[in-house]
Amino acid sequence: MQKKLTTPLSEETVRDLKIGDEVLLSGTIYTARDAAHKKLVDMLEKNEPLPFDIKGSVIYYVGPTPARPGQVIGAAGPTTSYRMDSFVKPLLQAGMKGMIGKGGRSQPVLDGIKEHNAVYFGATGGAAALLAKTIKKAEVIAFDELGAEAVRKLLVEDMPLMVINDPEGNDLYIQGREKWARV
Amino acid sequence: MHSFNLLFNSVLTHFIMREIDVDHLAAVIAELSIEASTVANDDLVKSLQGALKNESSPVGRSVLGQLLENIDIAREEKTPICQDTGFTVVYLDVGQDVHFTGGDLTEAINRGVAAGYVDGYLRKSIVRNPITDPQNTGDNTPAIIHTHIVPGEKVGITLLPKGGGSENMSRLKMMKPADGVEGIRQFVIDTVSNAGGNPCPPTVVGVGVGGTFDHVAWLAKKAITRKHGQRSPNPKLAQWETQWLEEINKLGIGPAGLGGNTTSLELFIEEHPRHIATFPVAVNIQCHADRVKTRTI
Repeated sequence: MQKKLTTPLSEETVRDLKIGDEVLLSGTIYTARDAAHKKLVDMLEKNEPLPFDIKGSVIYYVGPTPARPGQVIGAAGPTTSYRMDSFVKPLLQAGMKGMIGKGGRSQPVLDGIKEHNAVYFGATGGAAALLAKTIKKAEVIAFDELGAEAVRKLLVEDMPLMVINDPEGNDLYIQGREKWARV
Repeated sequence: MHSFNLLFNSVLTHFIMREIDVDHLAAVIAELSIEASTVANDDLVKSLQGALKNESSPVGRSVLGQLLENIDIAREEKTPICQDTGFTVVYLDVGQDVHFTGGDLTEAINRGVAAGYVDGYLRKSIVRNPITDPQNTGDNTPAIIHTHIVPGEKVGITLLPKGGGSENMSRLKMMKPADGVEGIRQFVIDTVSNAGGNPCPPTVVGVGVGGTFDHVAWLAKKAITRKHGQRSPNPKLAQWETQWLEEINKLGIGPAGLGGNTTSLELFIEEHPRHIATFPVAVNIQCHADRVKTRTI
């Protein structure tokens, strides 16, 4: 089923999502990958304010290429999500509702998604030029020193995603694979 | 007599050695870096188009369609196919009658990589001193350089920007000689199966067998530089390449790991003599952004 969603994500919106739903996401999202996650979680532990409002937020695991002159952003496809797994719990507790990445998540992340009524979206790994076209604005808002890994505020329009893990605890990677396995 | 010999040798060298300025090589490396990241090879496009025809899963077909559209956008807009523009691996086949002039060859290669990554707006992903003092080098250098001396007066350059996500799913195992072909087959299938959707399927699987601990990993990576559709000249290896690929594509992982019958586009095996006591096997996974560029100068 195709759904158009806008950020920030509400409890009701997330609750209605099911694995395999094709989502076109619009609104503001934030980027963070390995190094930025470490910094964000350190800030939460020290009770410092985060560089963006995390309530209802969606974090995109991406380290884009630099923009050419005249471009909003360079290539911007998802990075592999499992590397961020150990940082997910405190972010969910703080109010993050969605994550965008690629590849399977660990059981604690799946449990956290269920417990906090959140969602994990998959973007097609390696479709970086196509995904970049849905990004209308991009600005670095924190950790500029991290370069490609800095936290960016993105304005996206109809970004094509798929629900991989829904709040009921389903996993499209497992169920999709089981459906097509011939062994 | 001694000075005559020196003079004679230098004259001789002048006539039989082909001189190549390292600046020329640097310029070629810079061009190949940008081209590899933004322009997909025809053999890859054909391979993806073939997969689209054979894919049974509607979601899988939709992903393959996105990948082909992505390749078109990248080419038209000179945007990288993938934001991970990789660790630059350079294979140099240097003709033994070539004399490089104008400076240090390694420095020149790195100068070429830096120029390509800075001027081409490619991502700089290399961290120096990974455990003692991690810092991004800022220009994607140093490259990993493999140089081989071959007969002739030409230089063959193969450049492979290798992504980190698929590299992380690669494995090496020192097996026992008794494990045999069956052991290798199982290790290859398990490696792809455990990787699941992480390495951006449909992937290319490079398998190295034999040599030493380090050489087998080199072999597996060299295997993925082969063109799609090109089987091993060794009939036995060619047969296993086909059979194991079929088996992998029954795992169900599918495009982007969302389920389907295209988990890998290609499987290439390379073998090398081994020590009687050892049986090294390496599996190097390459994502669908299979970016290999070759040029001869």
